[in-house]
Amino acid sequence: MSQIFLRPFNIYSKLSIVVTAVLVGGLSIIVFGMSWTGYVTGQGVTRDQPIQFSHAHHVGSMGIDCRYCHSTVEESAFANIPPTKTCMNCHAQIWTNAPILEPVRASFRDNRPLQWWRIHDLPDFVYFNHSIHVNKGVGCATCHGQVDRMPLLYQEASLQMRWCLDCHRNPAKYVRPRDQVFNMNWEPPADDPGLGERLVKEYKIMDVRQLTSCSTCHR
Amino acid sequence: MACRQDMHNQPKYIPLRESEFFADGSSARPLVEDTVARGTLQDDSAFYTGKSGTQELDTLPLPLTKELLDRGEARYNIFCAPCHDRRGNGVGMIVHRGYRQPPSYHIDRLRQVPIGHFFDVITNGFGAMPDYRAQIPPRDRWAIAAYIRALQLSQHASAADIPAPERDKLSQTSAPPQGTEKREH
Repeated sequence: MSQIFLRPFNIYSKLSIVVTAVLVGGLSIIVFGMSWTGYVTGQGVTRDQPIQFSHAHHVGSMGIDCRYCHSTVEESAFANIPPTKTCMNCHAQIWTNAPILEPVRASFRDNRPLQWWRIHDLPDFVYFNHSIHVNKGVGCATCHGQVDRMPLLYQEASLQMRWCLDCHRNPAKYVRPRDQVFNMNWEPPADDPGLGERLVKEYKIMDVRQLTSCSTCHR
Repeated sequence: MACRQDMHNQPKYIPLRESEFFADGSSARPLVEDTVARGTLQDDSAFYTGKSGTQELDTLPLPLTKELLDRGEARYNIFCAPCHDRRGNGVGMIVHRGYRQPPSYHIDRLRQVPIGHFFDVITNGFGAMPDYRAQIPPRDRWAIAAYIRALQLSQHASAADIPAPERDKLSQTSAPPQGTEKREH
Protein backbone atom coordinates (compact mmCIF):
# COMPACT_ATOMS: atom_id res chain seq x y z
CA MET A 1 0.00 0.00 0.00
CA SER A 2 1.35 3.35 -0.97
CA GLN A 3 1.55 6.25 1.50
CA ILE A 4 -1.49 8.55 1.67
CA PHE A 5 0.53 11.62 2.65
CA LEU A 6 3.51 12.18 0.50
CA ARG A 7 6.66 13.70 1.89
CA PRO A 8 6.03 17.21 0.40
CA PHE A 9 2.78 17.44 2.46
CA ASN A 10 4.83 17.97 5.62
CA ILE A 11 5.09 21.63 4.77
CA TYR A 12 1.27 21.95 4.95
CA SER A 13 1.04 20.30 8.33
CA LYS A 14 3.71 22.60 9.71
CA LEU A 15 2.15 25.61 8.10
CA SER A 16 -1.28 24.80 9.56
CA ILE A 17 0.19 24.81 13.08
CA VAL A 18 1.71 28.25 12.52
CA VAL A 19 -1.47 29.63 10.94
CA THR A 20 -3.64 28.32 13.79
CA ALA A 21 -1.30 29.85 16.37
CA VAL A 22 -1.34 33.19 14.60
CA LEU A 23 -5.12 33.13 14.23
CA VAL A 24 -5.81 32.24 17.85
CA GLY A 25 -3.20 34.70 19.11
CA GLY A 26 -4.39 37.49 16.85
CA LEU A 27 -8.01 36.92 17.68
CA SER A 28 -7.39 37.01 21.43
CA ILE A 29 -5.39 40.21 21.03
CA ILE A 30 -8.29 41.73 19.13
CA VAL A 31 -10.88 40.52 21.65
CA PHE A 32 -8.77 41.61 24.61
CA GLY A 33 -7.93 44.91 22.98
CA MET A 34 -11.59 45.55 22.23
CA SER A 35 -12.45 45.34 25.92
CA TRP A 36 -10.32 48.44 26.48
CA THR A 37 -12.03 50.54 23.87
CA GLY A 38 -14.99 52.85 24.25
CA TYR A 39 -17.03 50.30 22.30
CA VAL A 40 -17.11 48.14 25.43
CA THR A 41 -16.42 50.59 28.29
CA GLY A 42 -18.47 53.45 26.92
CA GLN A 43 -15.48 55.76 27.33
CA GLY A 44 -15.66 58.91 25.25
CA VAL A 45 -19.06 58.08 23.78
CA THR A 46 -21.87 60.63 23.71
CA ARG A 47 -25.47 59.55 23.42
CA ASP A 48 -28.62 61.08 22.04
CA GLN A 49 -30.25 62.55 25.12
CA PRO A 50 -33.83 63.85 25.25
CA ILE A 51 -32.35 67.37 25.51
CA GLN A 52 -29.03 68.51 24.15
CA PHE A 53 -28.02 69.66 27.58
CA SER A 54 -24.64 71.34 27.62
CA HIS A 55 -22.52 71.28 30.75
CA ALA A 56 -20.06 73.49 28.87
CA HIS A 57 -22.72 76.21 28.72
CA HIS A 58 -24.23 75.86 32.19
CA VAL A 59 -21.02 75.21 34.11
CA GLY A 60 -18.33 76.62 31.85
CA SER A 61 -19.86 79.87 30.70
CA MET A 62 -22.60 80.51 33.28
CA GLY A 63 -20.59 79.37 36.27
CA ILE A 64 -23.36 77.40 37.95
CA ASP A 65 -22.02 75.24 40.76
CA CYS A 66 -22.31 71.44 40.33
CA ARG A 67 -24.39 71.29 43.50
CA TYR A 68 -27.07 73.65 42.27
CA CYS A 69 -28.44 70.68 40.31
CA HIS A 70 -26.64 67.67 41.80
CA SER A 71 -27.64 68.82 45.25
CA THR A 72 -27.34 65.53 47.13
CA VAL A 73 -23.79 64.68 46.07
CA GLU A 74 -22.28 65.65 49.41
CA GLU A 75 -24.72 63.70 51.57
CA SER A 76 -25.82 60.78 49.49
CA ALA A 77 -24.37 57.79 47.68
CA PHE A 78 -26.15 58.94 44.55
CA ALA A 79 -25.45 62.32 42.96
CA ASN A 80 -28.99 63.06 41.92
CA ILE A 81 -30.09 63.92 38.44
CA PRO A 82 -32.11 67.09 39.06
CA PRO A 83 -35.88 66.99 38.80
CA THR A 84 -37.43 69.05 35.98
CA LYS A 85 -38.38 71.64 38.59
CA THR A 86 -34.70 72.56 38.91
CA CYS A 87 -34.49 73.28 35.16
CA MET A 88 -37.65 75.37 35.42
CA ASN A 89 -36.17 77.51 38.21
CA CYS A 90 -34.50 79.44 35.41
CA HIS A 91 -36.23 78.24 32.27
CA ALA A 92 -39.63 79.39 33.45
CA GLN A 93 -38.26 82.81 32.49
CA ILE A 94 -35.28 82.17 30.23
CA TRP A 95 -35.63 80.75 26.71
CA THR A 96 -39.31 80.12 27.38
CA ASN A 97 -40.19 79.64 23.70
CA ALA A 98 -37.11 77.73 22.59
CA PRO A 99 -38.21 74.58 20.73
CA ILE A 100 -35.17 72.73 22.02
CA LEU A 101 -36.57 73.04 25.55
CA GLU A 102 -40.06 71.80 24.73
CA PRO A 103 -39.39 68.34 26.26
CA VAL A 104 -38.48 70.09 29.52
CA ARG A 105 -41.68 72.13 29.55
CA ALA A 106 -43.74 69.07 28.58
CA SER A 107 -42.12 67.11 31.41
CA PHE A 108 -42.99 69.88 33.87
CA ARG A 109 -46.56 70.28 32.55
CA ASP A 110 -47.41 66.59 32.53
CA ASN A 111 -45.37 65.68 35.61
CA ARG A 112 -43.48 63.04 33.66
CA PRO A 113 -39.75 62.66 34.24
CA LEU A 114 -37.31 63.22 31.39
CA GLN A 115 -35.71 59.95 30.40
CA TRP A 116 -31.99 60.54 30.27
CA TRP A 117 -29.43 58.01 29.15
CA ARG A 118 -27.13 57.23 31.98
CA ILE A 119 -23.54 58.03 30.97
CA HIS A 120 -21.65 56.83 34.02
CA ASP A 121 -23.10 53.40 34.70
CA LEU A 122 -21.11 51.21 37.05
CA PRO A 123 -21.91 47.50 37.09
CA ASP A 124 -24.57 46.61 39.67
CA PHE A 125 -22.09 44.52 41.66
CA VAL A 126 -20.06 47.61 42.50
CA TYR A 127 -20.86 49.66 45.58
CA PHE A 128 -20.09 53.29 44.94
CA ASN A 129 -20.78 56.24 47.20
CA HIS A 130 -20.38 59.80 45.95
CA SER A 131 -20.49 61.47 49.36
CA ILE A 132 -17.47 59.68 50.81
CA HIS A 133 -15.35 60.55 47.77
CA VAL A 134 -16.40 64.20 47.71
CA ASN A 135 -15.88 64.58 51.46
CA LYS A 136 -12.43 63.00 51.37
CA GLY A 137 -11.16 65.40 48.73
CA VAL A 138 -11.74 63.62 45.43
CA GLY A 139 -12.65 66.29 42.91
CA CYS A 140 -15.55 65.93 40.49
CA ALA A 141 -13.15 66.43 37.59
CA THR A 142 -10.86 63.66 38.81
CA CYS A 143 -13.38 61.05 37.70
CA HIS A 144 -15.73 62.96 35.42
CA GLY A 145 -13.12 65.00 33.56
CA GLN A 146 -13.53 68.65 32.72
CA VAL A 147 -17.30 68.57 32.45
CA ASP A 148 -17.28 72.35 32.05
CA ARG A 149 -15.79 71.83 28.60
CA MET A 150 -18.22 69.14 27.42
CA PRO A 151 -21.03 70.40 25.19
CA LEU A 152 -22.46 66.90 25.36
CA LEU A 153 -21.54 64.82 28.35
CA TYR A 154 -19.42 61.75 27.87
CA GLN A 155 -17.60 59.35 30.10
CA GLU A 156 -14.06 60.59 30.47
CA ALA A 157 -12.63 57.63 32.37
CA SER A 158 -12.82 53.96 31.47
CA LEU A 159 -14.57 53.12 34.79
CA GLN A 160 -12.79 49.78 34.67
CA MET A 161 -11.70 48.26 37.96
CA ARG A 162 -8.04 48.92 37.28
CA TRP A 163 -8.93 52.59 36.91
CA CYS A 164 -10.61 52.64 40.33
CA LEU A 165 -7.61 50.86 41.81
CA ASP A 166 -5.19 53.43 40.40
CA CYS A 167 -6.48 55.82 43.01
CA HIS A 168 -7.35 53.33 45.76
CA ARG A 169 -3.74 52.14 45.67
CA ASN A 170 -2.28 55.64 45.79
CA PRO A 171 -4.86 58.21 46.89
CA ALA A 172 -2.20 60.84 47.67
CA LYS A 173 -1.69 61.29 43.95
CA TYR A 174 -5.32 62.27 43.40
CA VAL A 175 -6.83 63.97 46.46
CA ARG A 176 -7.17 67.74 46.68
CA PRO A 177 -8.23 70.19 49.40
CA ARG A 178 -11.93 69.89 50.23
CA ASP A 179 -12.66 73.45 49.16
CA GLN A 180 -11.36 72.68 45.67
CA VAL A 181 -13.46 69.56 45.07
CA PHE A 182 -15.99 71.37 42.88
CA ASN A 183 -13.37 73.43 41.07
CA MET A 184 -13.13 72.13 37.51
CA ASN A 185 -9.70 73.64 36.87
CA TRP A 186 -7.76 72.72 40.00
CA GLU A 187 -4.30 71.35 39.45
CA PRO A 188 -1.94 70.03 42.11
CA PRO A 189 0.43 72.86 43.06
CA ALA A 190 3.84 72.26 41.50
CA ASP A 191 5.68 73.75 44.48
CA ASP A 192 4.07 71.47 47.07
CA PRO A 193 4.63 67.80 46.20
CA GLY A 194 3.81 66.70 49.76
CA LEU A 195 0.25 68.06 49.66
CA GLY A 196 -1.39 64.74 48.71
CA GLU A 197 0.32 62.83 51.52
CA ARG A 198 -0.69 65.51 54.04
CA LEU A 199 -4.31 65.52 52.89
CA VAL A 200 -4.51 61.72 53.11
CA LYS A 201 -3.47 62.02 56.77
CA GLU A 202 -5.60 65.05 57.52
CA TYR A 203 -8.76 63.59 55.97
CA LYS A 204 -8.05 60.22 57.61
CA ILE A 205 -8.26 58.37 54.32
CA MET A 206 -8.17 54.64 54.94
CA ASP A 207 -5.07 52.53 54.73
CA VAL A 208 -4.36 51.18 51.22
CA ARG A 209 -4.98 47.63 52.44
CA GLN A 210 -8.51 48.60 53.39
CA LEU A 211 -9.03 50.73 50.30
CA THR A 212 -8.13 47.78 48.09
CA SER A 213 -9.99 45.15 50.08
CA CYS A 214 -12.55 43.31 47.91
CA SER A 215 -15.45 44.11 50.18
CA THR A 216 -14.79 47.84 50.15
CA CYS A 217 -16.37 48.04 46.72
CA HIS A 218 -18.04 44.65 46.31
CA ARG A 219 -20.42 44.38 49.22
CA MET B 1 -16.86 41.50 26.35
CA ALA B 2 -20.17 41.54 24.65
CA CYS B 3 -21.19 38.49 26.61
CA ARG B 4 -24.12 38.26 28.97
CA GLN B 5 -24.45 41.29 31.22
CA ASP B 6 -26.75 39.74 33.83
CA MET B 7 -24.43 40.61 36.71
CA HIS B 8 -23.82 44.12 35.43
CA ASN B 9 -27.50 44.89 35.09
CA GLN B 10 -29.25 43.00 37.83
CA PRO B 11 -33.03 43.02 38.06
CA LYS B 12 -33.06 45.41 41.01
CA TYR B 13 -33.83 49.07 41.45
CA ILE B 14 -30.99 51.50 41.76
CA PRO B 15 -31.77 55.23 42.02
CA LEU B 16 -33.77 56.50 39.03
CA ARG B 17 -33.73 53.15 37.23
CA GLU B 18 -36.73 52.52 35.03
CA SER B 19 -39.45 50.21 36.30
CA GLU B 20 -41.61 47.88 34.22
CA PHE B 21 -43.89 47.25 37.17
CA PHE B 22 -45.28 50.69 37.97
CA ALA B 23 -47.59 52.30 35.46
CA ASP B 24 -45.60 55.55 35.26
CA GLY B 25 -42.38 53.65 34.55
CA SER B 26 -40.59 55.12 37.54
CA SER B 27 -39.01 53.01 40.27
CA ALA B 28 -38.80 55.98 42.63
CA ARG B 29 -42.24 56.22 44.20
CA PRO B 30 -43.82 59.44 45.42
CA LEU B 31 -44.44 59.48 49.15
CA VAL B 32 -47.89 58.61 50.35
CA GLU B 33 -49.47 61.74 51.74
CA ASP B 34 -48.63 62.47 55.38
CA THR B 35 -45.69 60.07 55.37
CA VAL B 36 -43.02 60.91 57.91
CA ALA B 37 -39.71 59.22 57.21
CA ARG B 38 -37.58 58.29 60.18
CA GLY B 39 -35.65 61.34 61.36
CA THR B 40 -37.72 63.84 59.38
CA LEU B 41 -40.45 64.62 61.89
CA GLN B 42 -40.90 68.38 61.69
CA ASP B 43 -42.17 68.91 65.21
CA ASP B 44 -40.59 72.32 65.67
CA SER B 45 -42.78 74.39 63.39
CA ALA B 46 -40.87 77.65 63.93
CA PHE B 47 -37.67 75.96 62.75
CA TYR B 48 -39.34 74.48 59.68
CA THR B 49 -41.54 77.41 58.64
CA GLY B 50 -39.61 80.44 59.85
CA LYS B 51 -42.80 81.61 61.54
CA SER B 52 -44.26 81.55 64.98
CA GLY B 53 -47.99 81.52 64.32
CA THR B 54 -48.26 83.98 61.45
CA GLN B 55 -45.41 86.15 62.72
CA GLU B 56 -42.04 85.74 60.98
CA LEU B 57 -39.29 84.81 63.44
CA ASP B 58 -37.09 87.69 64.44
CA THR B 59 -34.25 85.58 65.81
CA LEU B 60 -32.29 82.65 64.48
CA PRO B 61 -33.74 79.42 65.96
CA LEU B 62 -30.27 77.89 66.22
CA PRO B 63 -26.98 79.10 67.65
CA LEU B 64 -25.08 81.57 65.46
CA THR B 65 -21.57 80.26 64.94
CA LYS B 66 -18.73 80.88 62.52
CA GLU B 67 -19.39 77.43 61.04
CA LEU B 68 -23.02 78.33 60.39
CA LEU B 69 -22.03 81.54 58.61
CA ASP B 70 -19.39 79.73 56.55
CA ARG B 71 -21.94 77.12 55.59
CA GLY B 72 -24.38 79.90 54.73
CA GLU B 73 -21.83 81.62 52.54
CA ALA B 74 -21.06 78.42 50.65
CA ARG B 75 -24.74 77.57 50.14
CA TYR B 76 -25.58 81.16 49.23
CA ASN B 77 -22.93 81.16 46.53
CA ILE B 78 -24.28 77.91 45.09
CA PHE B 79 -28.01 78.54 45.14
CA CYS B 80 -28.63 82.27 45.48
CA ALA B 81 -25.73 83.99 43.73
CA PRO B 82 -26.89 83.08 40.19
CA CYS B 83 -29.67 85.66 40.66
CA HIS B 84 -28.81 87.75 43.70
CA ASP B 85 -25.11 88.00 42.91
CA ARG B 86 -22.40 87.23 45.42
CA ARG B 87 -22.76 90.76 46.77
CA GLY B 88 -26.51 90.49 47.21
CA ASN B 89 -27.25 93.45 44.97
CA GLY B 90 -29.66 91.48 42.78
CA VAL B 91 -27.79 91.56 39.48
CA GLY B 92 -26.49 88.02 39.23
CA MET B 93 -25.50 86.09 36.14
CA ILE B 94 -29.02 85.00 35.18
CA VAL B 95 -30.38 88.53 35.55
CA HIS B 96 -27.95 89.60 32.86
CA ARG B 97 -29.57 86.92 30.70
CA GLY B 98 -33.09 88.24 31.11
CA TYR B 99 -34.40 86.87 34.39
CA ARG B 100 -36.50 89.33 36.33
CA GLN B 101 -34.22 91.31 38.63
CA PRO B 102 -34.71 90.66 42.33
CA PRO B 103 -34.44 93.55 44.79
CA SER B 104 -31.09 94.23 46.34
CA TYR B 105 -30.71 93.04 49.94
CA HIS B 106 -29.24 96.42 50.69
CA ILE B 107 -32.48 98.37 50.72
CA ASP B 108 -34.15 99.56 53.91
CA ARG B 109 -37.21 97.33 53.52
CA LEU B 110 -35.10 94.14 53.40
CA ARG B 111 -32.73 95.35 56.08
CA GLN B 112 -35.71 95.65 58.41
CA VAL B 113 -37.59 92.41 57.68
CA PRO B 114 -37.31 89.71 60.34
CA ILE B 115 -34.80 86.96 59.56
CA GLY B 116 -37.64 84.45 59.30
CA HIS B 117 -38.74 86.26 56.14
CA PHE B 118 -35.67 85.03 54.25
CA PHE B 119 -36.30 81.50 55.47
CA ASP B 120 -39.91 81.69 54.34
CA VAL B 121 -38.99 83.03 50.89
CA ILE B 122 -36.37 80.30 50.34
CA THR B 123 -38.93 77.71 51.45
CA ASN B 124 -41.94 78.94 49.50
CA GLY B 125 -40.60 81.28 46.83
CA PHE B 126 -41.69 84.87 46.37
CA GLY B 127 -42.84 86.68 43.24
CA ALA B 128 -40.67 85.49 40.36
CA MET B 129 -38.46 83.46 42.65
CA PRO B 130 -39.16 79.72 42.73
CA ASP B 131 -39.11 77.80 46.00
CA TYR B 132 -35.91 76.03 47.03
CA ARG B 133 -37.45 73.68 49.58
CA ALA B 134 -36.31 70.59 47.68
CA GLN B 135 -32.79 71.82 46.96
CA ILE B 136 -31.88 73.35 50.31
CA PRO B 137 -32.55 71.53 53.60
CA PRO B 138 -34.00 73.64 56.48
CA ARG B 139 -30.78 74.00 58.45
CA ASP B 140 -29.00 75.33 55.37
CA ARG B 141 -31.85 77.76 54.76
CA TRP B 142 -31.24 79.25 58.19
CA ALA B 143 -27.52 79.35 57.48
CA ILE B 144 -28.22 81.28 54.28
CA ALA B 145 -30.60 83.64 56.09
CA ALA B 146 -27.88 84.34 58.65
CA TYR B 147 -25.36 84.93 55.88
CA ILE B 148 -27.70 87.37 54.13
CA ARG B 149 -27.74 89.37 57.36
CA ALA B 150 -23.93 89.36 57.30
CA LEU B 151 -23.99 90.50 53.67
CA GLN B 152 -26.33 93.33 54.57
CA LEU B 153 -24.08 94.38 57.39
CA SER B 154 -21.07 94.32 55.07
CA GLN B 155 -22.69 96.87 52.77
CA HIS B 156 -24.13 99.06 55.50
CA ALA B 157 -21.27 99.57 57.88
CA SER B 158 -18.98 102.40 58.76
CA ALA B 159 -15.25 102.14 59.24
CA ALA B 160 -15.82 102.38 62.98
CA ASP B 161 -17.61 98.98 62.92
CA ILE B 162 -14.41 97.22 61.89
CA PRO B 163 -12.10 96.06 64.70
CA ALA B 164 -8.97 98.21 64.74
CA PRO B 165 -6.41 95.56 63.64
CA GLU B 166 -8.56 94.60 60.64
CA ARG B 167 -9.07 98.25 59.78
CA ASP B 168 -5.32 98.77 59.61
CA LYS B 169 -5.02 95.88 57.17
CA LEU B 170 -7.71 97.41 54.98
CA SER B 171 -6.08 100.83 54.81
CA GLN B 172 -2.88 99.19 53.56
CA THR B 173 -4.56 97.60 50.56
CA SER B 174 -6.70 99.84 48.41
CA ALA B 175 -10.22 98.43 48.14
CA PRO B 176 -11.76 98.33 44.65
CA PRO B 177 -14.53 100.89 44.16
CA GLN B 178 -17.98 99.41 44.68
CA GLY B 179 -19.86 97.96 41.71
CA THR B 180 -17.02 98.09 39.23
CA GLU B 181 -15.53 94.64 39.77
CA LYS B 182 -14.74 92.85 36.59
CA ARG B 183 -17.40 90.31 35.74
CA GLU B 184 -16.44 86.95 34.38
CA HIS B 185 -19.56 86.24 32.35
